Amino acid sequence: MKEILWHGRGGQGVVLAAQILAEAAYLEGYGGVTSAPTFGPERRGAPVVASTRVSRNPIRTVAQIEAGDVAVVLDASLFGMVDILGRLREGGPLIVNTPSSPENLGIEGCYTVATVDATEIAVASRLIVGGMPVVNTPMLGAFCRVTGLVTLDNIERALKRKMASDAAGANFTVVQAAFEKTIVREKEKERHG
Amino acid sequence: MADVRILTGNEAAALGVKLCRPNVVAAYPITPQSQLAEILSRYVEGGEMRAEYVRVEGEHSALTVCISASTVGARTFTATSSNGLLYMHEQLHWAAGSRLPVVMCVVNRGVGAPWSIFNDQQDSLAQRDTGWIQLYCRDNQEIIDTIIQAYWIAESLYIPVMVCYDGFVLSHTMMPVDIPDAEEVRGFLPPYKAHTLLTPEAPRTINSVLFPWRRPNPEGVLCDGYMEMRYKLQAAMTRAHGVIQKANDDFAGVFGRDHGGLVWKYRCEDAELVFSGMGSIANEATVAADLLREEGIPAGVAGVRTYRPFPREEAAEALRSAKALVVLQKGLSYGYEGCLTSDLKAALYGTPLRIPVVDVVAGLGGRDVKAREIADAGRDAWKDLQAGKQGNRSLWLNCYTGEDHAG
Repeated sequence: MKEILWHGRGGQGVVLAAQILAEAAYLEGYGGVTSAPTFGPERRGAPVVASTRVSRNPIRTVAQIEAGDVAVVLDASLFGMVDILGRLREGGPLIVNTPSSPENLGIEGCYTVATVDATEIAVASRLIVGGMPVVNTPMLGAFCRVTGLVTLDNIERALKRKMASDAAGANFTVVQAAFEKTIVREKEKERHG
Repeated sequence: MADVRILTGNEAAALGVKLCRPNVVAAYPITPQSQLAEILSRYVEGGEMRAEYVRVEGEHSALTVCISASTVGARTFTATSSNGLLYMHEQLHWAAGSRLPVVMCVVNRGVGAPWSIFNDQQDSLAQRDTGWIQLYCRDNQEIIDTIIQAYWIAESLYIPVMVCYDGFVLSHTMMPVDIPDAEEVRGFLPPYKAHTLLTPEAPRTINSVLFPWRRPNPEGVLCDGYMEMRYKLQAAMTRAHGVIQKANDDFAGVFGRDHGGLVWKYRCEDAELVFSGMGSIANEATVAADLLREEGIPAGVAGVRTYRPFPREEAAEALRSAKALVVLQKGLSYGYEGCLTSDLKAALYGTPLRIPVVDVVAGLGGRDVKAREIADAGRDAWKDLQAGKQGNRSLWLNCYTGEDHAG
């Protein structure tokens, strides 16, 4: 089972991103998928977490994820506020929306780090909702690129199941752009002995 | 071709209700049930569901609307959580005493004080003795399927049914749900027939004051007294065992999914350490049982799906090979122990099974319960058993209990 944590701020669409991934993973043939928001009240701008679980078999757990296999960060200003690495298994990957390169992000420890400027991609595509660039869907493109867990085709199908066709089309454009522009720095090989 | 969608528990419940074609829905929104009430009102407003949606000022009225509508021949639905359910308490007794087959979803939530919007099962456990059938769901597939079965059960027995599912952990978590075909549901669930139809053409008094003894009516026919009426409810509850099992089996025949009827079993055949519980915590326990099996501990789960009527025989049968029982529950009878613990102990009375029972209170007010924590509780019970300790124990899982904790 793969456990994915989505970190963002209220209003950035972490819950929807977690849902679209669950949808895409099901279309990919994973029989077990779940997605959950952080339970309780949510406030615009406050740090929020959503999760997706993906498994070949039906999932029987609804407990909160202690440490995920993948962390996707929609807002790099959360580092220092939220213990993102504390809830990520060693190795990662950690996928961050930032103009920085993985090397310049200053992540210590043995993690695969990937970065993409999802905000810039959304602005360039004029994909702006309520005055905010849409960063959740481009991060799905980055997720595909880094993990290979789901294909872009199934992200597109999932978008069509979750939103109206023109919105799905516009969002898939930024998914593809983010897929292309994601920079990945593989974790260092574990040293033995 | 199967229509599988990725849905929250509330979305699955709403689709289940729509498939059952109720005539009247009355509900008052309360977290975590709100999404269910909202979707149903949207179905009605958009013409997807031909029902009357009655907006009310509170839960007591919501159930009163269902009671009245059911009395004039309507299939009815309501849903609530927590203090909303407590506010319905008087009318819960009334619906059951009137033998009206109302179906209600209880999206389980802790009760105040102190306020919690998060999940436990104290709300529905506290309604145990109202005369309603209570069914507890493990996942979102079971929610939609159980609602369809609930109408069949309720209308076969003229007993109202609560379909209980855990707030947030199921109500707000998305997972794949196979949507039953509308025509097949139509075939499975015949139209509702009221036992006593109140109409303008045949006005009558229903549920007037009864005297302690039986008495002839004006036509000279000897009629039930209060106690006979109440006995009939209990007798119907006894018949409910078979009806609930038949609903489960017939449903499985048509739709291919068997949720276990009254008690479901996971790796129970040779299990010596058995967990029991209701709802999502029992599903979590199946993961714990797998963890313990990997360590060589023969663990299994006997999940209670039907809490009232209590499946005494089915539970004892599921525990046949057990040498220790660990009962996980999200609610208790204050001053005694977990409600399910008492019921399971009583079910074992008079059987050859004399096993230690560990009473575990867990997950109150939404406290997370992880499979590894359940496994820890199971491992401790197993060690006690190996050490020859035979006594019963109580514990509050993952809870700071201060210096006085008796362990």
